[in-house]
Amino acid sequence: MKIVCRCEDITEEDIIKAIEEYGCETLAELKQLLRLGMGHCQGRTCLILTAKILARKTGKSLNEILPSFRPPAVAVEIGLIGGENGK
Amino acid sequence: MESKADVVIVGAGINGCALAYEVAKRGKDVVILEKNYIAYGATGRCGAGIRQQWSTKENAMLAKKSVEIFERLSDELGHDIGLRQGGYLIAIHDEDEMKQAKKNVEMQKSIGLPVRIIYEDEIKEIAPILNPEGMNAIAATFCPTDGHANPFKTTYAYAKSAERMGAKIYRFTEVKNIKTSDKKIEKVVTNKGEIKTEYVVNCAGAWSKEIAKMVGIEMPNKPVRKEALVTEPLKRIFDCMVISFKHGIYFSQQEEGQILGGIPSPEEKSGYYTEPTFSFLKHMSYMLGKYAPPLKYVNILRQWTGFYDVTPDALPILGKTEIEGFIQCNGFSGHGFMIAPMTARLLAQLICNEKMDMSIDRLSQNRFKEKIIKEKSVVG
Repeated sequence: MKIVCRCEDITEEDIIKAIEEYGCETLAELKQLLRLGMGHCQGRTCLILTAKILARKTGKSLNEILPSFRPPAVAVEIGLIGGENGK
Repeated sequence: MESKADVVIVGAGINGCALAYEVAKRGKDVVILEKNYIAYGATGRCGAGIRQQWSTKENAMLAKKSVEIFERLSDELGHDIGLRQGGYLIAIHDEDEMKQAKKNVEMQKSIGLPVRIIYEDEIKEIAPILNPEGMNAIAATFCPTDGHANPFKTTYAYAKSAERMGAKIYRFTEVKNIKTSDKKIEKVVTNKGEIKTEYVVNCAGAWSKEIAKMVGIEMPNKPVRKEALVTEPLKRIFDCMVISFKHGIYFSQQEEGQILGGIPSPEEKSGYYTEPTFSFLKHMSYMLGKYAPPLKYVNILRQWTGFYDVTPDALPILGKTEIEGFIQCNGFSGHGFMIAPMTARLLAQLICNEKMDMSIDRLSQNRFKEKIIKEKSVVG
């Protein structure tokens, strides 16, 4: 068993199964189905690995597969952003 | 690609997929055409709340009937949809809101919803994390059968079940044109071929306006950028969705433990804007700290944007149009997910000439020619 997404505990087998069963062609679809890359590290480990699996299974190039990244860049405390008075 | 189909649905969001299931179940050949992938648009970006507490009877009925379907949906479709019924707690901030809340509760009770007005002690009992003072709340309404479901699981469950019954879903397939003759639907032209059909259903969410234009129908809908954020997962703290019409905020703890919520952004724009903003992040974080002070110490993992497909009265546009065979299923104004099960059933009944469970005549686009009654209970 090969763990690909450590935050959400997803294996290479889970990913291949989803690609085959649902015909996934994009990381976004795998994310929706498996919560891949939605955990604490926000896919910093697993997305590249998954992109490689997708490239192998679909014949697409890595450039076609890699995603846009959503802010914030790192996890940040709500209180730090919101402050005390909203200013 | 199929050269013909009984029904062509544009858009594989929750409404397109649910409708495909309901129509395929009735024995029709159905094709869904999706420009991106399943749940790419509002469905995959939504808070996935399921609320029955509305100010208009149309929305309340659609939501109530939908909850009855949601409650059996995992069994019916054979896939878990992640339904949790932890209730919706709606803050009441002042006497004006209290007056409106009493009116809403009376109507909601008349259609059989178990909704009630609660005060500070019970607010804290239901969600100890809340700070009524910080919320500026004098009371709240609470309906325990409201809740949320997983939007991905629900949409894929409908899509898979539709496919099992013969529906075809074409992803990465864009509708380029819709041909009519004599004000009647003839065929749909896509970037991958043409399909002859009698019915086209416009489930394209924020892009519905563009689809309607192809048959010469102008729609009043506007795409409005909405933002949301999600935190790291925590152990279970509270079960209800918390919302406020005055502040526009909504937040809940999802099945996996993360806090997910949104609030209208100071920079909210009409148009196809997709950039997340720092002003939203700041505003939402500040308000979360006011509503639920312990959340100040929780990490935000991600923020994103999506579109509300907003109509002038915040009610959906459903049903037949002046073009024979062109059916509208859009304009959900931020609550398309929660009323999809019943909406899909009603439109399937309409398309298959069955007796309809309830009338949708008042939700036709023709209503904008007269005086409209606006849905007041809107957040996000």
